[in-house]
Amino acid sequence: MFKKRIAWLLLIAFLIITLTVSGCGGNNQSAGGGKQEQQNEATGTEEDVIKIGVFEPMTGANAAGGAMEVEGIQLANELYPEVLGKKIKLVIADNKSDKVEAANAVTRLIEKEKVVAIIGSWGSSFSMAAGPIAKDNQIPVVAASATNPLVTLGNDFYFRVCFIDPFQGRVMANYVYNELGARKAAIIKEVSNDYAVGLAKFFTDTFTELTGDPNCIVANVDYQTGDQEFSAQIQTAAQAKPDVIFAPGNFTESALIIKQAREQGVNIPICGGDTWEAPEFLEIGGKAVEGAVFSTFFTSEVPITEESEKFLNEYRKKYNQEPSSVAALGYDAYLVIRAAIEKAGSADPVKVRDEIAKTKDFVGAAGIITLDENGDAVKSAVLKKVQDGKFVYQTTIEP
Amino acid sequence: MTLELFLQHLTNGISLGSLYALIAIGYTMVYGILRLINFAHGDLIMVAAYIAFYGVGIFALPWYLSFFIAVLLSMTLGIITEKAAYKPLRNSPRITILISAIGVSFLLQNLGIVLFGGRPKAFQVPEIFAKVYNFGGVNIVGVTFFIPVITVILLILLVYLINFTKAGMAMRAVAKDYDTSSLMGIDVNRIISLTFGVGSALAAVGGIMWSLKFPQLIPTMGLMPGLKCFIAAVVGGIGNVTGAVVGGFLLGLGEILLVAFFPDLSGYRDAFSFILLIIILLVKPTGIMGEKIAEKV
Repeated sequence: MFKKRIAWLLLIAFLIITLTVSGCGGNNQSAGGGKQEQQNEATGTEEDVIKIGVFEPMTGANAAGGAMEVEGIQLANELYPEVLGKKIKLVIADNKSDKVEAANAVTRLIEKEKVVAIIGSWGSSFSMAAGPIAKDNQIPVVAASATNPLVTLGNDFYFRVCFIDPFQGRVMANYVYNELGARKAAIIKEVSNDYAVGLAKFFTDTFTELTGDPNCIVANVDYQTGDQEFSAQIQTAAQAKPDVIFAPGNFTESALIIKQAREQGVNIPICGGDTWEAPEFLEIGGKAVEGAVFSTFFTSEVPITEESEKFLNEYRKKYNQEPSSVAALGYDAYLVIRAAIEKAGSADPVKVRDEIAKTKDFVGAAGIITLDENGDAVKSAVLKKVQDGKFVYQTTIEP
Repeated sequence: MTLELFLQHLTNGISLGSLYALIAIGYTMVYGILRLINFAHGDLIMVAAYIAFYGVGIFALPWYLSFFIAVLLSMTLGIITEKAAYKPLRNSPRITILISAIGVSFLLQNLGIVLFGGRPKAFQVPEIFAKVYNFGGVNIVGVTFFIPVITVILLILLVYLINFTKAGMAMRAVAKDYDTSSLMGIDVNRIISLTFGVGSALAAVGGIMWSLKFPQLIPTMGLMPGLKCFIAAVVGGIGNVTGAVVGGFLLGLGEILLVAFFPDLSGYRDAFSFILLIIILLVKPTGIMGEKIAEKV
């Protein structure tokens, strides 16, 4: 009898803990905006609020990228909390680093939360999954750091405040050709990620053009998001004796690739793209990632505009660390939407969309934004290198 | 392919294979005794890895102490899970308890996201495991030596426990029939708790080894090892501890050598594991070393 009672007690305790904790989980997911929501509820009713949706990977393999972008968006929301005399409320949806969840998150933001516009997402794949839904419902979306050209192509409702991969691929190909003197390259790419596949292709195009050698890519191997064991891919790439390995992909997988390569005695330089800029890349890679070079959007060392300075000061004050590029881009995406709502003079999604499309010479934290006919920003890229466990700014490359 | 390169691939394959084997033995043992596929096994790996991480990172414990505590706590968690989620369903159809196991798995993952956060964490690898050794052109990381050794030691201990001790005899009796063994004076609840304790401890050791080899922690990290090791266990013959080791090695070597010989197929590595599972289920459903299924009459 006694034992049975203990078992029941345990079960009940377990259930209570579960319920409380999963309750908290719900709050956490719907926001760092938990705070925001409360503030808004205190100050006014639904009509006084304009909702902007955010869908980002807050959990899963790409969580760090999403979290950094949201930091920038929340900072912008704090500094510019109002438009047309109404409060702006951020509704954050977690896309769990998953393409299906990305579509779900955007559907929820549009249908349940009735947002005016949406920001997101880190990771071109997620943005591409969400694109058709936003288009069908005529809700404008501004991506902060999704660089694959297909995100905005043929979609009038999708915009972005960053450059696109054909440019980034060209920058990296030029860098390895001119600065590293590379004539043969191997590619290790995250094949389940549209961003990595696209970037690898554009890198290959320019590199082939530069070397004039159709066989300049000596090895081409793939891995899947979430893989952790790369020794076979590394050995295959290294065996082809390339001068450089180009490895576009998620920050954690890339850090593990470089770490395992160095452990296996492969000391060929390894380069990548903007997704590498996350503190986790340095923590997981440790000493192995020293000297890794990649292209990205923005550096905190050289403020570009007045808005950059304001952003840098406030960011350092709030988060007590140096901002990443994607935080600045998230900040800019918010500002572009807010400015468009202001100019449109209403919160009608289609009118807001028209104003976003007209964005010209907009002063953002990560540079001046002018959107072209596809809805892409034309911007300079910066190269960063890992030195002494930090990302160090190398140079700026104009488009 | 040079001999050197082949040896490097082979070492990598054995290293990965022994890791799969280590986790698969825990899986298969719980199944062998209770006929329950514990889908939460993969998530215990995650919990153990995080506990070891926090032990070193926050409480500044020496790594061996932290690893020990991680194993102990995971064992406790495994036993609690059984009491709370499986025991009340012991007389229900097997599918109910299976679904309960999937529920526990989701619960632990989401609990992990809430408690540990969604951003990946870097596991600090002690120097002894991180050191790289070079043998005639073949590079081997320290942890690569430890994993097969630990796997073999645990395998021997487990085989001894099941076949040559009184508790083991009771486990085998419980595996045959709960009610009859209860009539024979065996405390069924205690034996099942023991089984879960040992199974969870094995998962914890596997989890710690996994994070030493791949020092990146996220709350969903248990998913893939869980699936792969489940495949290893089935391929080897689920319920058979030695079979799990064979299955683990087969899977690890297969994955590495597939990429080594067919670089174009490198994106299909996971598919290889699952195709292997399908083939085994079609050709020899009891697995390579599987026991004959004795029907209870």
